[in-house]
Amino acid sequence: MAKADAKKSAAAPMPAERRAALAGQELSTTGVALAVLPPAERISLRAPDASVAALSKALGVTLPRKPKTSAAKAGRTALWLGPDEWLVIDEAKDPLADCAKVTVLHSAVGISHRNVAISVTGPAAAATINSGCPQDLSLDAFPVGAASRTILGKVEIVLLRTAPDAFRVECWRSFSDYVFTFLSEAAGDATA
Amino acid sequence: MLLIRCPYCEEERPELEFRNAGEAHIARSADMAATSDDDFEKFFFIRSNPKGIIYERWRHMHGCARFFNAVRDTVSDRFLMTYKAGEPKPAKLPGASK
Amino acid sequence: MIAAFRIPGAGRLKQAETARFSFDGQSYAGVEGDTLASALLANGVHLVGRSFKYHRPRGFLSAGAEEPNALVEIKRDSARKTPNVRATVQELYDGLTAQSQNRWPSLSFDVSAVGDIASPLLSAGFYYKTFMWPKSAWKNLYEPKIRAAAGLGVAPDQPDPDHYSARYAHCDVLVLGGGAAGIASALAAAETGVRVILADEQADFGGSLRFESGAKIDGQDGFAWAQGAVATLKAMDNVRVLSRTTAFGYYAQNFVGLVERVSDHLQNPGRGLPRERLWQVRASRVVLATGAIERHMVFADNDRPGIMLASAARIYLNHYGVAVGRNVGVYTANDSAYAAAIDLKKAGVGVAAIVDLRDNPTGPVIDEARALGIEINFGRAVIRAGGKLRVSSMTVQPKNGGGERTIPVDAILMSAGWTPSVHLFSQSRGKVAFNDETKRFVPGTYAQDCVSVGACNGTDGLSATIDEAYSAGAKAAKEAAVKNAGANAAKGAKPKVDASESWSRGMLGAAPGAGADTTVKAFVDFQNDVTAKDIRQAVHEGMRSIEHVKRFTTNGMATDQGKTSNMHGLAIAAETLGKPIPQVGLTTFRAPYTPVTFGSIVGHARGPLFDPTRKTAIHPWAERQGAVFEDVGQWKRAWYFPKAGEDMHAAVDRECVTVRKTAGLFDASTLGKIEVVGPDAARFMELLYTNPWEKLEPGRCRYGIMLREDGFIYDDGVVGRLAPDRFHVTTTTGGAPRVMNHMEDYLQTEFPHLNVWLTSITEQWAVIAVQGPKSRDIIAPLVEGIDMSDEALPHMSVREGKICGVPTRLFRMSFTGERGFEVNVPADHGQAVWEALWAEGQKHGACAYGTEAMHVLRAEKGYIIVGQDTDGTVTPNDAGLDWAVGKKKTDFVGIRGMARPDLVAKGRKQLVGLKTKDPKVVLEEGAQIVGDPKQAIPMTMIGHVTSSYWSENCGRSIALALVAGGRDRMGETLYVPMPNGTIEVEVTGMVFFDEKGERLNG
Repeated sequence: MAKADAKKSAAAPMPAERRAALAGQELSTTGVALAVLPPAERISLRAPDASVAALSKALGVTLPRKPKTSAAKAGRTALWLGPDEWLVIDEAKDPLADCAKVTVLHSAVGISHRNVAISVTGPAAAATINSGCPQDLSLDAFPVGAASRTILGKVEIVLLRTAPDAFRVECWRSFSDYVFTFLSEAAGDATA
Repeated sequence: MLLIRCPYCEEERPELEFRNAGEAHIARSADMAATSDDDFEKFFFIRSNPKGIIYERWRHMHGCARFFNAVRDTVSDRFLMTYKAGEPKPAKLPGASK
Repeated sequence: MIAAFRIPGAGRLKQAETARFSFDGQSYAGVEGDTLASALLANGVHLVGRSFKYHRPRGFLSAGAEEPNALVEIKRDSARKTPNVRATVQELYDGLTAQSQNRWPSLSFDVSAVGDIASPLLSAGFYYKTFMWPKSAWKNLYEPKIRAAAGLGVAPDQPDPDHYSARYAHCDVLVLGGGAAGIASALAAAETGVRVILADEQADFGGSLRFESGAKIDGQDGFAWAQGAVATLKAMDNVRVLSRTTAFGYYAQNFVGLVERVSDHLQNPGRGLPRERLWQVRASRVVLATGAIERHMVFADNDRPGIMLASAARIYLNHYGVAVGRNVGVYTANDSAYAAAIDLKKAGVGVAAIVDLRDNPTGPVIDEARALGIEINFGRAVIRAGGKLRVSSMTVQPKNGGGERTIPVDAILMSAGWTPSVHLFSQSRGKVAFNDETKRFVPGTYAQDCVSVGACNGTDGLSATIDEAYSAGAKAAKEAAVKNAGANAAKGAKPKVDASESWSRGMLGAAPGAGADTTVKAFVDFQNDVTAKDIRQAVHEGMRSIEHVKRFTTNGMATDQGKTSNMHGLAIAAETLGKPIPQVGLTTFRAPYTPVTFGSIVGHARGPLFDPTRKTAIHPWAERQGAVFEDVGQWKRAWYFPKAGEDMHAAVDRECVTVRKTAGLFDASTLGKIEVVGPDAARFMELLYTNPWEKLEPGRCRYGIMLREDGFIYDDGVVGRLAPDRFHVTTTTGGAPRVMNHMEDYLQTEFPHLNVWLTSITEQWAVIAVQGPKSRDIIAPLVEGIDMSDEALPHMSVREGKICGVPTRLFRMSFTGERGFEVNVPADHGQAVWEALWAEGQKHGACAYGTEAMHVLRAEKGYIIVGQDTDGTVTPNDAGLDWAVGKKKTDFVGIRGMARPDLVAKGRKQLVGLKTKDPKVVLEEGAQIVGDPKQAIPMTMIGHVTSSYWSENCGRSIALALVAGGRDRMGETLYVPMPNGTIEVEVTGMVFFDEKGERLNG
């Protein structure tokens, strides 16, 4: 209803500018580089077991069923966060639209603006994160593709390992300043 | 800092990710409005607070976010086992407390 | 120039590399690699401190972390002053500045030393007995004066400019202690490929190999072997080697806290390096290789500077190349002190005599000492030390009495035997066992996955130690590997011991001459000035348990935690009680093993990282407008927007008036928001809120109240139904996380059969409240796809559409009583949409308003704020919100609690309005209310003020209050007694402005 009306409106004003939190911030030290990643499309997807196959098909990525794992395909990553919960991140295409076509039982809620992503890369990436994250980030315990909601210092983050020496740290928008500052301070001591 | 095995994440995770949620296996009546004063008192106010084995609820707050149940020895602070929310109180416990 | 007591060619330091330092203003030269202790000793300085209670002159007892005496202040600059640094641990750097503590006016002349003469008055339990009364003396005398006189060191008075780092680490095998045992264990474990961390508190690995000149491993000198082995370990990818790192606490499930001293030993640490780094290590297996600590002999005046542990003298000689005297005496009850005498003699130091309590000991070291021509006296005791600021003699007597002989010495090296370091084992909740034969406590029952090896396990001799440690390391790796990734077979070879030293036994308790029949000062605990006599006195005064003896005498309670004193104290107590030692028992060791700085515990959590500061998307705009912010939980919220020349009062008045006259913009982004989605969403809402939801039409909103099971208000907020299966729920700002947790709790554990899911969308949406008669005019031009007419969008409705070309969830709702909207837009668009609305608003004379105006405006309408007007003991009925409780509902959280007898009883406190008789007087929030102001004190308080403001719109003050039976008191006069007079108030309804609510559509 709203969409149809919107299309008709001729006098549409200029779309409001998008001003992402911490946009473009970067930091590079010996052994590790931090960068605030560009905005992405995200949904929080909730569904019972019976709906997973249909949702996987609609999303074009197989929703992982194993704890602490993720699956990625064509710029879209699905992170297992809980037994009926996934964070779906897409660099370009909104996964919400794909879920809207699915009739099986589920809940898809858009959270593209809720989160900010920071990449932590380099040989000291794991040490940087371990300055405030109590999980074992060795490649055995947290291999490439591993994903988990966890703690960094005093806030909650979602951690995804994208390569042996690269992580994506997702946090809520208003915590991004804390997270970036924490990682920056930790980065200065990560090669020890 | 304790290590707690999350029955949903199927591994031990650091205590910082968890939050205690009080005693377990205290059922809310299906007919709450008709509960007697005595029963409501037992349900809402009375807790066992044992020295020894306690059945308690935890939430993997900063992990999978699931509530689950745990059996812990309040003397040694050891977790004997954890199990999913809704599962019955275990009949047998693995390993006695020290 | 080489210092007087440095022996050319001795020790392992490069004596050419000198470092200047100062102690108590005097300049000295040391050598790189020295500790402050070894550098001072090289200059012949023994007197370094005054004792805690008696202000007796003290020198170095040890060469390590167990040091009780040599505490100094290290000063880098005015902010970097560290008190209570053990000089035996502090490494020297060029320019180091140290000062002695606990003395006035100077170290060699301390007026408080009168305490030593008056010491009969300062006996055990003195503090407990003396400082009991009168009470006023605590404030005026005891606390300030005694603290100034006693106290250890002075804390710096400026913020710590250093930074501290932290790291969580995981490993398969954590080896604590880097002596022969620890290194052997680490080698065995590391060779299998598992993750190993090896930590030692010293700068150099090797432990006792640093002084055992007789040790040879794999054909090398013991210390050289240790350096080679550590280099091998460092080169392995699976091994982390941490020197200068103390394991201070052993917690549950093999969680061990270590502090690495990163830069305290550096001359110019630079900004990049942290001062300390906290390692929180989780290990599958822990190997404790913490060694043993030598005990002193307990005899009269055994605390004189120059009297020290025999092993300490060996470290100073063999590692640092320093002689602790020119003519030393040795007093011992075991073999290990002989080795010290031999090493010193060989280095050219005079050894006046060895006094050995044992009757006829035999062995190679005794033969060697004799062969070197050292005088040996068996069966004799040192009954007294001479000298004051430095030992000058030792008086020797046959141990069963007889003629005395005084031998001039300038140092006494003593050894009563070795105490296994079971501190960390004990912290791990392991139970120690007493070995009656060797008179020592060793690890008994283990509580965690750890193993003790070497001297801390009571294993004597290097060969046995390495055998035990190497196989324990391999076993730990194997066990850890079963649990974790998998280990390879060990590739290396066990180190081979070619020569070693062996020690035996020793003694516990007071030596002859300091027995029960004496009153001499034979110190057991140097740092807390506890003598053998004090411990006997404690027993005589009725202390039976070692815990009581410890607390009464303070034995072992100083910062060194009794590393040298516990066993002697225990033995003396046991002897006095006439009980065997194990029956008296050892006190439990607590973390930390050595003192830990607050900085290392705080780590990164300082300044901006102390607590997250949360800011909304619109925050930068408010900042540019000069808003004053207030903290609401972790959020910064715009409090008010002062114009030039306005104070808070003027700004808030203007904002309140403008909103009701034209319109105002308010940043409501911090409101908690939860999206409730699923076919059972309405059923779930019915159970979590008091209101009915099933029949709420999509597109409409309702004010919801959430209770706890006890029937008290927990949270409130406006809920919009976006679709049959989708609700947009708002919560209070502060309540957002706990409301989410509360809802998840019920959904997951009580109502898991419901098909519904909750997602926090607090930060997905920026929320701009536009309130006031002109609000629609401001919004309408920017909106697409939403009919803004009152018919299509009545009060309490919600539509999805677009504003400024971006998606919006547009709520028609009001927290001011005016026509109002809350514009939700995706957060990153928040600021731009705000700016567009602001530009539109300017055409109508709208203002931006902050949280203070928001509070006043809602109070004018009698809208409550949960947590301000309610306090967790207020029911919907108490708050006048009965209308929001679904009367036909059969269940919701709180339905039963609400019906409890006390919650439906008459006379409960109810929320009402208050008007002061003098309209200019603004009540204080929290002020108590009474019925009769003339009653006797303590008065009966019948309620309190919950909200109170000046209302410019009403032209008077307004207030909300919880008053017993309040709704039956309409028009009554009540009283608010305040320090400067009693304020008369009238009880009124809660709505002060637009009572009919006409302005919602105005």
